[in-house]
Amino acid sequence: MSSGSKGIEARLRMKHPGFTLDVSLELPGRGVSALFGPSGSGKTSCLRCIAGLERNAAGLVEINGERWQDSASGRFVAPHHRPIGYVFQDANLFAHLSVKQNLEFGMKRVARAERRVAWDQAIELLGIGHLLDRNPQRLSGGERQRAAIARALLTSPKLLLLDEPLAALDIKRKQEILPYLERLHDELEIPVIYVSHAPDEVARLADYLVLLDEGRVVAQGGLQETLARLDLPTAFGDDAGVVVDSVIAGHDPGYDLTRLVFPGGEVLVARRDEAVGQPLRFRVHARDVSLALEKAEGTSISNLLPARVEQVVAAETPAHVLVRLDAQGTALLARITRRSADQLQVRPGKELWAQIKAVALLG
Amino acid sequence: MMPLDDIGLAAVLLTLKLAGTTTVLLLLVGTPIAWWLARTRSRLKGPVSAVVALPLVLPPTVLGFYLLVAMGPNGLIGQLTQHLGLGTLPFTFAGLVVASVFYSMPFVVQPLHNAFEAIGEAPLEAAATLRAGPLGTFFTVVLPLARPGFITASILGFAHTVGEFGVVLMIGGNIPEQTRVLSVQIYDHVEAMEYAQAHWLAGGMLLFSFLVLLALYNSRLKQGWRG
Repeated sequence: MSSGSKGIEARLRMKHPGFTLDVSLELPGRGVSALFGPSGSGKTSCLRCIAGLERNAAGLVEINGERWQDSASGRFVAPHHRPIGYVFQDANLFAHLSVKQNLEFGMKRVARAERRVAWDQAIELLGIGHLLDRNPQRLSGGERQRAAIARALLTSPKLLLLDEPLAALDIKRKQEILPYLERLHDELEIPVIYVSHAPDEVARLADYLVLLDEGRVVAQGGLQETLARLDLPTAFGDDAGVVVDSVIAGHDPGYDLTRLVFPGGEVLVARRDEAVGQPLRFRVHARDVSLALEKAEGTSISNLLPARVEQVVAAETPAHVLVRLDAQGTALLARITRRSADQLQVRPGKELWAQIKAVALLG
Repeated sequence: MMPLDDIGLAAVLLTLKLAGTTTVLLLLVGTPIAWWLARTRSRLKGPVSAVVALPLVLPPTVLGFYLLVAMGPNGLIGQLTQHLGLGTLPFTFAGLVVASVFYSMPFVVQPLHNAFEAIGEAPLEAAATLRAGPLGTFFTVVLPLARPGFITASILGFAHTVGEFGVVLMIGGNIPEQTRVLSVQIYDHVEAMEYAQAHWLAGGMLLFSFLVLLALYNSRLKQGWRG
């Protein structure tokens, strides 16, 4: 994890009428860190402070060894001197410039020697080559966000800040942009801080997760560990579940299935197009995991994993409990009724079988 | 009968020259004032706004009277211009320009102020995250986005200066090709019972004013302006 000069450190304090931000973020210096929480939890404020857009914020901001702000010594690097890329919730393209001119706006202000993201690379990555001559007003919401992401990338930032880039879009447009964001993650070495209140996006894109509530950090850590924690207020509510990074191990053309392996075992999912050996992330909702004392025979559920109970806590409804399981190295959550938990005598240390009714593939 | 005799033509040209010079100067002076008013949280914002707006409510003769005193040999402006070897300004074209700048100030500053406020924070923040400093942001983002405001401000500033009368009489008097502008010329014609000439000039002014306002409304500018 981050410590010393590598990584992103942000200790921020800010007071607005009716809202106080007081957070200490320690994020890895690479990959996607998600700031997750309900609206008003301070996600966007964190991002704005890191960008230097909040003059009244006190604290310390240090990115991979570069100190941008340190209230103790009075240091405050102006936003236009911070090597960031910022994508606003509503894209915020300049209305008086064409898409091309918008992209050039930031790029031409970066010295040639410091440009690490090539023009063609950004255009191709976001698929906006055919939009360059358009006016921002004549773009769809999804196109606008893609242009805004390309505009930010072309400044060759050392840190990319994405403020709910999908929030203003409908499901279809979200599906249109998510692959681009994934490519961003896979193809560029730029650390990203991603603000979102959508569990799906976080599960799909993040490597590291910070849970925020009312201007404070509730938890932060690796995505998988943090999602599997039961000591947290159930931020995801009914969406509680875990994320598993797997690898495609083989295809079964006869039944149109694909086999995914991960440390705890394997699951079968509907046939995928990716080649064997490709990584694939999937999500298992706690509500889609049931428990059995013995390996069930004669069931339509084919995804069965041996697991040991680690922890049992009350769920968000009095009728249910949440069970944390260790499936040989992979954490799983199961949401079962309290009655079943009593009947099966589910308690820490108990060995049993997890039956996975459904997995949501992320990618 | 000539629609426009030499005296009338001289008055028209002088008026256009005065209005043009005043408008250019006002855009230069008014832009920073309007930008400051749109951005500042200073307690001086109220008083400065009020001073800028004074010509809207003051009788032009009052404004002209104080400017006459200030530009006179013992006034603050007068002392400065004398010190600079420029003599005193009353009853000169330069004096009329200075007076017009004060007189038409609100008609330029207020549309610009509104235009700057309408831009909001978002484009400025986007520019800052794209490495543009405050000055670069002003010239490459603020000015182009405020273009409708600049058009409104120019039209109103120009037109209002063309219609100036009371201040001109107080400061400039009635010197041909120096300070005798259109409105004064019309006054002279009426005094001399030359109603035909007065009609030509007054009718021209009426048409000009109508066309200016028509152009303004047709351009469907949403900038609010008072006047």
